[in-house]
Amino acid sequence: MSTAIVAAAARRPGKRRWLVLVAIWTILLTVPLWLPLLGGYTALAGRVLVFGLAAMGLNLLLGFTGVLSFGHAAYFGLGAYGAGLTLRYLVHSTPLAVLAGTLLGGLGGTLFGMLIVRRRGVYFAMCTIAFGQLWYYLAYSWNSFTGGFDGLRDFHREPIGFGPLILDITGGGTPFYFFLLAIFAIAVALMALLVRSPFGHTLRAIRENERRARFLGIPVERQIWLSFSISCFFTALAGTLYALLNNFADPMALHYSLSGYFVVMTVMGGMRAFWGPLVGAAVFVVLQDYISSMTVNWMSFIGVIFILVVLFFPRGLLGRWQRAGAV
Amino acid sequence: MAQVILFNVTNGLIIGAFYVLMALGLSLILNLSNVINFAHGNFLALGGYLAFTLSPTLGYWGALLVSPLLTALIGVVVERLMIRRLYNRDPVYSLLLTFGLAFVMQDMARFIWGPNGLPMGLPAVLAQPITASLFFITWYRVFMVTVVIVTVVALFAFLRYTRVGLRIRAGTLDLETVASLGVNVQLLRTFNFSLGCLLAGLSGVLAAGQIGLNPNMGDDLLMPSFIAIIVGGVGSLIGTLCGGLLIGMAAALTTVVYPTASEAVIYAILMAVLLLRPRGLMGEEGMLS
Amino acid sequence: MSKFKTSVGRRTFIQAGMALGASHVIGAPFIITARGEEPIKIGMVDPLTGVLSALAQSEVDGAKYAEAELNKNGGILGRQVQLLVEDSANDVGTGVQKTRKLIDRDKVDVIFGDVNSGIAYAMSQVTYEKKVFHIVPGGHTDPITGTNCKWNVFRVCNTTTMDTAAITPELVKRFGKKWFFITPDYAYGHSLQDGFIKALTKLGGTYDGDYLPINNTDFSATLIKAKAYKPNVLLNNMGGLTQINCMKQFTQFGMQNEMALGGALFELETIKGVPPEAQAGWWDMEWWWDQPKVPEVVKFVSEYRAATKKTPSARDWFGYVSMHTVRLAAEKAKSLDGPRLAKALEDLELPPDVALQPGKVRYRAGDHELMANIFVGEAHPPKVSPDDVFTVAEIVPGEQAAGSVAETGCKMVEPA
Repeated sequence: MSTAIVAAAARRPGKRRWLVLVAIWTILLTVPLWLPLLGGYTALAGRVLVFGLAAMGLNLLLGFTGVLSFGHAAYFGLGAYGAGLTLRYLVHSTPLAVLAGTLLGGLGGTLFGMLIVRRRGVYFAMCTIAFGQLWYYLAYSWNSFTGGFDGLRDFHREPIGFGPLILDITGGGTPFYFFLLAIFAIAVALMALLVRSPFGHTLRAIRENERRARFLGIPVERQIWLSFSISCFFTALAGTLYALLNNFADPMALHYSLSGYFVVMTVMGGMRAFWGPLVGAAVFVVLQDYISSMTVNWMSFIGVIFILVVLFFPRGLLGRWQRAGAV
Repeated sequence: MAQVILFNVTNGLIIGAFYVLMALGLSLILNLSNVINFAHGNFLALGGYLAFTLSPTLGYWGALLVSPLLTALIGVVVERLMIRRLYNRDPVYSLLLTFGLAFVMQDMARFIWGPNGLPMGLPAVLAQPITASLFFITWYRVFMVTVVIVTVVALFAFLRYTRVGLRIRAGTLDLETVASLGVNVQLLRTFNFSLGCLLAGLSGVLAAGQIGLNPNMGDDLLMPSFIAIIVGGVGSLIGTLCGGLLIGMAAALTTVVYPTASEAVIYAILMAVLLLRPRGLMGEEGMLS
Repeated sequence: MSKFKTSVGRRTFIQAGMALGASHVIGAPFIITARGEEPIKIGMVDPLTGVLSALAQSEVDGAKYAEAELNKNGGILGRQVQLLVEDSANDVGTGVQKTRKLIDRDKVDVIFGDVNSGIAYAMSQVTYEKKVFHIVPGGHTDPITGTNCKWNVFRVCNTTTMDTAAITPELVKRFGKKWFFITPDYAYGHSLQDGFIKALTKLGGTYDGDYLPINNTDFSATLIKAKAYKPNVLLNNMGGLTQINCMKQFTQFGMQNEMALGGALFELETIKGVPPEAQAGWWDMEWWWDQPKVPEVVKFVSEYRAATKKTPSARDWFGYVSMHTVRLAAEKAKSLDGPRLAKALEDLELPPDVALQPGKVRYRAGDHELMANIFVGEAHPPKVSPDDVFTVAEIVPGEQAAGSVAETGCKMVEPA
C-alpha cells in the first residue's frame, strides 16, 4: 500500500535530512560572501530564490500530487502585478504589497481550479495553458491599468519598518537578498509542514494511484483543488518578490514560456524531491544567464538541454540520489 | 450594407479557415498520442520558410506541394528520435520535449534565415481582387479558403474511408485494443504525427503568402488553435473544426464593431465554454485521460 | 578583485560549467591581466532574440563598428574600449538582471539599452539607483526624456513628438488634412497617434481611426472603414510585422489609388522585408545613409559597407553614435564618473563625423534628448541599389519638431 511506504519513508532516519538542511541553509545564508568570488552577482541569487520558490510551489501540484499545470506563470504574474499595483496606486508598503499580490494570485488560482478540477492529464494541462494566456492577454491589453505592453512601472520597494528598526531594501544588494531569503525560509517551512501533514500524504496517495485513493475515501477532486490552490498561493508569493526584485511587472511574467521554465526547473531538479525545484532553478538560471552572454543562439542550447533532460534525466538531479520509492 | 455583411462572413471564414487547419493538426496529434505539440507553430514557420527557399527553383505551386511534405518528413524524424520514447511516460515529459523543441526550432529559423522578415512572392494571378467592387476579396484569399476546404474534406475522407484512417480513429478511443488486434501502433503514431506536421506546414505556406515570413510567425496562431480545440471539445475533430470556425468568425465580427476586442472575444468564448460546458461543444464526457 | 576580470576568464567557464551537476553556481578562476591598461567597459543590453531582434542586431553592429574604430584611434582617455553585449530577450526581468550583472559583476562604466521601451525604462531605474551613465540608443517611448527623465539617462533616437511633428506639415501640404489612423493599442501607439493629432489639429485637420490589437494580422475591416471615410492620407502606425501586413493589404486592395499612405517610422530593415508593391508611402527616417551632399556620410557609408557588408540603417547609426558619445563626454569631462559625464554631455554638439548629417546636432540640456534631424521622404522599390528604397524630400531640424522642454514634461533633477 502506498500509504504505508509513504509513512515509513517519512520516518526514515532524520540524520541525513538534517545534514541536507544544514548544508542547504549554510550555502544560502553565505551567498553574498562566496557568490561574487565565483563570478556571480547578488541579483542572480535573488532570481534563483524567486524562481526556486515559484517552482517549489508548482511542485506541490506537479511532484507531490502528480497533476501537471503548464500555466502557473499566470499566478506568478498575478502576484507580481498585485504587488506592483498596490505599491503604485494604494499604499507604499512592501509587506502589504506582498500580501496583496499573494492573495490575488492565490485566489485567482483557487477560482480557476474549481472550474477544471474534474479534468485530468493533457486536457487539464491545456486548460491551464489557455487560462494562463488569458491573464497574459489582459495584462498587455489593459493599458490604462496595467501599463499594457510596456509593463507596470513607477513603483519600487519601500523600506520596511519593524517598530524602531527599519530594513532599507530600496537599494537592492545584500539587505534585499536577506529579505528574500527570510520570506523564502518562511514559505519553505510552511510547505514542509504541509507536505509532512496528513493532507500531504493524501496528495501523494492520489499521485500514486488515484483510483485506490478514491476507494480509501479520499475526496480526490477536493484534494486536487486544494493542492492546486495552495500551490498557486506559493507561486504568487514568488511573483510578488519578483516584482520587488525588478521594481517592474510586465506581461512576460504571465506568459506560457515562463510556465514552461517553471516546469523544466522542477523536472530538472527532481520532481519527487522537496528541494529539487530549487536546485533546478539554480541550475537553470545560472545556465541561462551564462549561455545567453556567450552566444545569441542561447535558445537552441536551452532547448537542447530541455530535450536531453526529458529524454535522459527524467528524474532530475536530486532524483538520481534518492532511493526508489522515496518521497 | 450587403457589402459589409458579405465582407464579414468571408473574413470570418478566412480567419476561421486558418485556425481550423492549425488546430486540426494539433488535434490529430493530441488525440492519438496524447502529446501537446508546443512546436506546432514552429512547424508552421518551417513550412513557410521551406516554401520560400524552394520557390525560386520549383515555383510557387511546386513549393506549395513540396514544402508540407518536407515538413511532414521532418516531423517523422522528430517523432522517431524523440517523442517516441515518451509515450508511456507522464504527459509532462512530452510537453517539455515539444517545448524545448520549439525553442530550438525558433532559434534555428532565426539562425538560418535571419531575424528580418522575408517576403513571400505570390503568383500575380492570385494577388488581384476578384472584382472591383469586392476589392477586399483577393484571389489569394479565395485560394486559401479553397485549399483549406479541400484539405479538410480530404482529411475527413481519409479518416473515414481508408484503413489507416480507421485505425487512427480507433486508436484515439482505445490504442491498446488496436495494438492487440495486430496493428503496428508505432508506425501508426509516426504517421499520425507526420500528418499533423503536414497540416502545419501547409498552414505555413498559406500564411507566408498572407503575412510574410518571420521566426515568430507561428506563435500567434498557437494559442487560438489550443482554444479552438478546447472550445470544440478535446477528442473530436469535428469539434475542432467547429471551434476554429467559431472563434474565427467571432474575431472577424468583433473587428467590425469594436476592433480592440477582437482578440479578447476568443478568450471570452474560452471562459464561457469552461464555465458552462467544460467538455467543449462536441466533446464527449470522459474522453479525457 | 574587480580589477582582474577579463573576457578570457569567462571562456574558461565553459569547461567548468559543463560539470555543473548539483552545484549551485559555476566556479571559474579569474585570470589576471597583464599589468597595464585595463579597458573601459561599456555594457549593451538589447533584445537580440524575439520580435525586435533585427533592429537590435543593427544597433549592436553599429556599436561594434564604433568600438573597433575607437580602439584603432587610441580608445577613450587613452584606454581601450570593450563592449559587452547582453541579450534582454525582450523580457523585462532578463533585461534588468543583465543590467545588474553588467554593473555589479562586470563593473561597466556605461550602459546602453534597450530597443524595447519598457525594458529601457526598467533599466533606467537600475542605472539611476546605481548612478551609472545610461544612453538609450533606440527606445522610443516619450517619458524616457519626458515625464520620467533622469539626470543619468540620455537618448539618441527621436521622441514620438519629434517624428510626428516633423512629417505632419509635409503630409498636409502634399495631400490634405483629412486623415485616417490605424494604430496599435498600446503606449507607443497611443503616443504616436496623440502626437499626430496634436500636429494635425494645429493645421486645422480632421481625422478618424481605429485602435487594433498589437498582433493584429488582418486589416480588412479597418481598411474598408478607411475607404468609406475617404481620407487624404492613411496613417499606418503599426509596428514590425503588423506594419508590413497592413501595407500589403492596403496595396492588395488597391487603395493607393485613392489615398496617400504615411506614418512615422518605416525602418530600413522592415522596408527590405516587404514585397515591392508595399514599399511605398511617406515616412520619417531618423537617419538616412544616402546623403550625397555631406562628405562625412559618404565616407562613413563606404567604410561601413566595406567592414560589415551591409548598408547602415538608422539603428546602426544609433549604436555608432552612442559609442562616440561616450568618448566625447569622457574627453570633455576628463573622467568616467557618471555625474560628470552627464554634465559634460548637456548641450554637447556632435562633430560632423559623428553626427553624419547637416546642421547642429546636440544633446539638449533640459531633457537629454539628441536633437537630430528628421529625414522626411517617400519609400519606393529599389532604384539604383537594393538599399535605395527611400528618397528624402525634406530635412526637418530636430529642435523645431521637438517642442520646448516644458512641453515634454521633463523636470530634470541634478544628482545629489
